[in-house]
Amino acid sequence: MRTDGDITQILSGIGLFTDLTRPQLEEIAHTFDEQYFNPGERILRKGFTGTGFYVIVEGEASIEVEGRAIARLGRGDFFGEISILLGEPPSTDVVAISPLTCLVLAGSDVQEFLEGHPKVMFRILQAEAAKLRSTVQ
Amino acid sequence: MTSAQSPFPPGSYPVVIIGSGPGGLQTSYFLTQWGIDHAILSRDEAPGGMFQRYPLFQRLVTWTKPHALDDRTTREYERYDWNSLLGTELENRALVPGLMDGSSYFPSRAEMHGGITEFATRAGLQASYGTEWESTRKTEEGFTVTTNKGEYHTGLLIIAVGMTEPWKPSNIEGIDQAPHYVDVARPTDYAGKRVFIIGKRNSGFEIADALLPWVKSMVIASPRPARFSVFVKSTAAARARYIQPYEDHVLGGGNLVLDAAVPRIERHNGGYLVHTSGTTHPGDLVIEADEVIAATGFATPLNDLPQLGVSTFYQGRLPAQTPFWESASTPGIYFAGSITQGAIGLKKYGIPSNSAAVHGFRYNSKVLAAHIAVTHFGKQPQRRTIEPKDLVEYLLQEASSAPELWNQQSYLALVVTFDRKQGISDEGFWPLSHFVDAGGEDAIALTVETDDQGDIHPAIYMRSGGSVGEHLLESHPLHQFGTKENRTHLASVLQPLIGKQEGSK
Repeated sequence: MRTDGDITQILSGIGLFTDLTRPQLEEIAHTFDEQYFNPGERILRKGFTGTGFYVIVEGEASIEVEGRAIARLGRGDFFGEISILLGEPPSTDVVAISPLTCLVLAGSDVQEFLEGHPKVMFRILQAEAAKLRSTVQ
Repeated sequence: MTSAQSPFPPGSYPVVIIGSGPGGLQTSYFLTQWGIDHAILSRDEAPGGMFQRYPLFQRLVTWTKPHALDDRTTREYERYDWNSLLGTELENRALVPGLMDGSSYFPSRAEMHGGITEFATRAGLQASYGTEWESTRKTEEGFTVTTNKGEYHTGLLIIAVGMTEPWKPSNIEGIDQAPHYVDVARPTDYAGKRVFIIGKRNSGFEIADALLPWVKSMVIASPRPARFSVFVKSTAAARARYIQPYEDHVLGGGNLVLDAAVPRIERHNGGYLVHTSGTTHPGDLVIEADEVIAATGFATPLNDLPQLGVSTFYQGRLPAQTPFWESASTPGIYFAGSITQGAIGLKKYGIPSNSAAVHGFRYNSKVLAAHIAVTHFGKQPQRRTIEPKDLVEYLLQEASSAPELWNQQSYLALVVTFDRKQGISDEGFWPLSHFVDAGGEDAIALTVETDDQGDIHPAIYMRSGGSVGEHLLESHPLHQFGTKENRTHLASVLQPLIGKQEGSK
């Protein structure tokens, strides 16, 4: 018989989920899938349909345009939400640059999830606002 | 069988497979076809792996249709027979339907086990049974596996032991007091009792379905709402045949399906008090039960491989893998069977591969054997030349009927390369994620995919000039994709690559 580490403790340390109660964190752990990516493996591929919403639990990734890295992502960062919200394939690649573990939610489940977890939606809006400000400044 | 008669005595072998379930046997079969010498070690006394014991309630969730659109001797029939191992020879094909008694199109555990045993016998697959894998160490040549019978030295190790180790989450206080799914007693032992089942995946609903005629009341609980295969288009969700306990809940029949975390279980008056915290409907409840069952899943029994550097994920339950099912961190260790679900692939629309089940991983074994043969033993890849004028029809025919594409949707792809000297070549089936990320010569990969609306259609991934683009073809109500529209669209997509061929002549 195996028992392993408490996934809810890991989730509670991720900014997106800091406002959630322990039962809600457990629901997140059961709702999102955990995926592992090798260094060099692409997580989002420009122009490919059927993508998801990703939250980095461990490791680093880079956002790439035509093979050129334009931003670096680490623990607690999330990506994939723009193409899901717009209903369009991603316009960039996201590539693992170290062994990478992510929580993943299928694109078709994102709307229901956000409507059921408004505090997570608010955190995402805050992050999008910060990105927008840094873009226009 | 005595050790004197046992095949594969301790010694050196180019490849060692650990496990004699369907994953180990299928991989052994295809390695044999490539002429690669190998040993199979198994702690069991007979072939069959987990099907010697599970599923507990004796009938599978994977179907085999004894009477299908295609004849049993054909490759196309594999799409309707999810349980037989793959054989090239006619006498080794589709063995499970021949053993089924017609009472269900889900084989019984005994029928499934019989099919595996028959396959091993007919194909002449042997194993060193009663051989316990005790420890592993790295050597200059590869690996040494220590067993109760002695040491095995090998360059490549293939782990095919299934995701079979009972697993419980550590964040439920008192969970140790609840028996796991594997320890569940006979249904009659639950007669007139109040039962609490933790877990809403297949094993939880399998137990719930079996206990329906016996229990006084039943609660099935986990934090996430129940998900069924028919709604999420995936065999990973609870299967339709287990939906009855949910109907009982929905219609107010006395059994309940709760969306709740279980922080604590305590013994009380010979039974249990189960503390729950609601998720979709917040609030705490304490529920009395006579029996609690932890249907909380399984982990991969990796033995000491993590100490050798094999990295894991999913709370340590699966090894991290490359697209060709090699350990991501320890080259030379490969995985076969249901463990290959750890190589996740593109998982488009959140729909996983079928690598957790025989009808998915049997194709992974075929691809794995070819990969090992070509990359480690210098064998020549099996290629077949295609005339440009035949390409469109060939691809649409494969999309309509290839069992590899239908059973491993968006995961395994039929790859065709375009080489100026060698012409157009059918390269066989590859992991799609390898094709789209590895780079290389001009080529296309064909898949069958299901989207979030349940639409099943072919897709073409075209690699040209170093980049890969996706082209989705149209679905068809009868899944016959060779329509005029698809032929025209596909010809247009392929024209740049075919044009290069013709321009080079």
